[in-house]
Amino acid sequence: MIPSISLETAVLILGIIMLLVESFSKSDDKRGLAKMAIYMLLALVGFSFFAKADVGDLAPFYVADPTALFFKRIALLTTVVVLIMALEYKNVITKFIPGATPGAGLGEFYSLPVFTCAGLMFMASAVDFLLIFVSLELVTISFYILVAYMRRQSASLEAGVKYLILGALSTGFLVYGITWIFGVTGQTNLELIRQVVAAGNVPQTPFLFGVVLVLIALGFKIAAVPFQLWVPDVYQGAPTPITAFLSVGSKAAGFIVLLRVLEAFLASTETSGKILGVLALLSGATLIYGNLAALPQDNFKRLLAYSSIAHAGYLLIAVASVSGASEGLGSSRVAIAYYLAGYLLMTLLSFLVLIVVANHSRGDDIAHFNGLSKRSPFLAFGLLVAMLSLAGIPFTAGFIGKFLVFATAVQAHNYGLIGIGIVTVGAGFYYYLRVVAAMYWQEPGDDTVITVAPLTKFAIGALTLFIFVFGIFPQPILNSLKGVPIESRVVAHPVAQK
Amino acid sequence: MLSLIVFIPILAALAVLLGAPARKTAFGAAAAQFALALFAFLSYDKVAGGYQFNSVTSIVSDWKLNYAVGADGLSLVMLLLTGIVTLAAVWVTPKIEKREGLFYACVLFISAGAAGAFASTDLFFFYSFHELALIPTFLLIGLWGTGERYTAAWKITIYLGIGSIVLLVGLVDLYLAVPEASRTFNMIELQRLAGNGLIPAAAQSRPYLFLLLGFGILISLFPFHSWAPPAYSSAPTPVAMLHAGVLKKFGLYGLIRVALPLLPEGAKTWASLLLILLVGNIIYIGLVTIAQKKLDLLLGYSSVMHMGYIFLGIAALNLVGVSGAALLMFAHGLSIAALFALAGFLREKNPLLLLDSFGGVAKSAPWMGFAFGLAAFASIGLPGFANFASEITVFFGAFKPAAGLVANNFQLAMIFALWGVVISAVYMLRAFRAIFLGPVGKDMADLVDPVKSLRWPVILLLALLLIAGFAPGAFFAYVKPSIQALLPK
Repeated sequence: MIPSISLETAVLILGIIMLLVESFSKSDDKRGLAKMAIYMLLALVGFSFFAKADVGDLAPFYVADPTALFFKRIALLTTVVVLIMALEYKNVITKFIPGATPGAGLGEFYSLPVFTCAGLMFMASAVDFLLIFVSLELVTISFYILVAYMRRQSASLEAGVKYLILGALSTGFLVYGITWIFGVTGQTNLELIRQVVAAGNVPQTPFLFGVVLVLIALGFKIAAVPFQLWVPDVYQGAPTPITAFLSVGSKAAGFIVLLRVLEAFLASTETSGKILGVLALLSGATLIYGNLAALPQDNFKRLLAYSSIAHAGYLLIAVASVSGASEGLGSSRVAIAYYLAGYLLMTLLSFLVLIVVANHSRGDDIAHFNGLSKRSPFLAFGLLVAMLSLAGIPFTAGFIGKFLVFATAVQAHNYGLIGIGIVTVGAGFYYYLRVVAAMYWQEPGDDTVITVAPLTKFAIGALTLFIFVFGIFPQPILNSLKGVPIESRVVAHPVAQK
Repeated sequence: MLSLIVFIPILAALAVLLGAPARKTAFGAAAAQFALALFAFLSYDKVAGGYQFNSVTSIVSDWKLNYAVGADGLSLVMLLLTGIVTLAAVWVTPKIEKREGLFYACVLFISAGAAGAFASTDLFFFYSFHELALIPTFLLIGLWGTGERYTAAWKITIYLGIGSIVLLVGLVDLYLAVPEASRTFNMIELQRLAGNGLIPAAAQSRPYLFLLLGFGILISLFPFHSWAPPAYSSAPTPVAMLHAGVLKKFGLYGLIRVALPLLPEGAKTWASLLLILLVGNIIYIGLVTIAQKKLDLLLGYSSVMHMGYIFLGIAALNLVGVSGAALLMFAHGLSIAALFALAGFLREKNPLLLLDSFGGVAKSAPWMGFAFGLAAFASIGLPGFANFASEITVFFGAFKPAAGLVANNFQLAMIFALWGVVISAVYMLRAFRAIFLGPVGKDMADLVDPVKSLRWPVILLLALLLIAGFAPGAFFAYVKPSIQALLPK
């Protein structure tokens, strides 16, 4: 057994080594760097199964429960796929960042996602507002650079500025919210906050004010309405691999933090009703806006941006339906983790196919997918599976996710959200199947056969396979989410003993 | 063995997609599926009864979710229907000009979905298998359909998608309404527990409404029917046969299999609503059918209309009514498949299928005239066909519904339903006259019978209708014990 923290440390060391090699290596071809990182990260996924739950002295800040390990694996695998995408995206990057040598700037483009990954992994384990804040910043700052990476392309710069301003603003909200919560509870550790709140002697108004500020900040990260305005432009302007990373990584990070802080925030029955009410409102608004705005999109990247908002809405259904069940059908924690894992597979698969198709078709509109089933049946099938999973067709990961989310809402008797959800699923059928219709109904614009690089082919095949495995045999994933309830892993905290 | 009935078409579809000869593979798979279904039907031990050929594989043990198949008399009748209609549908498929492999693969997926739903004894897979047919239908109508095919494909897919998600919520609600200790997805187990008053009467109303709406949308219950006629008229012939003949029966089968045993009190609560809607199916849609000018739309609307009778039998909640409904599902599946197959033959010469543009076709195509006449008579419900035997049983059942239901309302609905028979006679006979009798229409003189080999699937369907019409007892012997076990004690 290895200490869990060594996983993050290894990722950080890997990132630093990549930067050093980038600086001192004479070679112009930086692809070896990305490939090394891919294999290293895959090895770390393997090591994560031997991480021990006991974290020793780190306990006040850091846990290694099954949920944390699950999200660490999500972060690692996402980064692997993002790096594969980055390899495919090499030509676009070099086109927009002309440098002294042909490979200039590529090394950083491959190594920055590794740092983001480390931030995401820290965040999965963070149970103290300070660690949450620091790891969130590690993620966000590396994203600022990556989004604006193509410095000679105005769309990428515009996206970078928008993301920077709104990201900084949301960070401000988060810090301010943490301050208020510290002010009323005297704690930054989530478990201790939970105990203070549960004891019931917390002044309601300032506490709720702090909670709302934190929820606003997290709303930015998960792209919940009304904090979603940055999403379409940033998603469309950023380099496509980074868009994929943003839509998966940023969302997963936001939701794990949301799950952790809600355990503390909802500890008192006096205030939990109000907080859940706010979350239900957020969820309903996000569902309606994301799904309706996705309907008229003609650009596939933008469509995926709105779809990412829409899925935040489904995830928020589960958040707003937190109930007593900690495991089994009706548990929000399981539903969210499962949904995110499925969402990761299908979104990454969509973006991977998008990058390959966009490389050949010189554009990323839905019309560029016309007749894809003739040009490359393999890519078309991959994207078909991704779209069906996003729409929530049985035997795919997306269906089990929706099934679990709706189960939490039924369990919590949130029938208003169920009603909205039913309508928005119908809307989802339309805009996801539009892509399927383009691929299968329409004739191709040009008949050239699309060739796919072996590593990309392998990634597409693996993601497709995993979508089916997650959709037909959920038991192994559910097992990996089983764990001890949060109370039993609390250890004495130095501040509490005072 | 039941798994084979489900997975043979799926494996064949994958083989076709990977390059096996499309038509031969599909035909072989359909024949094998039919043979297995027939074998299961004949080897079912009626004396022992209950569920046979059971097989269970655990999927999620925490939720008691399994891949489980098993069949009682009711499932076997439906599986037999699936087998026959699939075989007939693949048989009558004309030469496919573009992308033959994808076409047959999609048709086989639809058949596998239907068979899987009828063979499943686990709620989760029962639901999931039905959805397997959704996307193939979308591709089939959009790629190979006729007329307003894009509109029709979008409409059926989104409509059925929403229906399915309502149904999913209903099933989850049902699952969670069961006390925590006995929660399971196993339908046999649930049915057994239901005998002891598993779900309190007060908690049955809401899940039943979800199920009624969800299944209702899938069955084209009035007023959720508007997806069906355009989809059937635009769809390629085999898809219309499979969808109207088999797949739409999934919802009815689900009501009998899931809603009746587990939520009998809910069914009683909403019986009046169902009666109003089903009269809408019979009378309103019946009148709409009379007004149709195209044969394919007419058949589509007539299939929506006939769902009303089946609903009436189910609503009565008694052995006679529900058994009649079950046999009517079988009979209607065969007759509508035969009618769509014949419409497919006519379409090759006259793509628009406008009734006025035909005329005197019986002169040049006597066999088709005879076959269409038989199928039309069956659809109206003339004695000698299974439709008659089952419709009259439904009427008997509705005359004296189960205790707790208002008999007068049912008798009133029954009077409307009897008028429905007259309405079907009007539109079917008018269609028959317009197409096959009278002066020969423009350019219709060379509309001839299909080649002999293509006649067999229709003959097969009609022969089964006659057999079941003259000996309905043989089929009732299968469905009655199963339904007796499903009905609340």
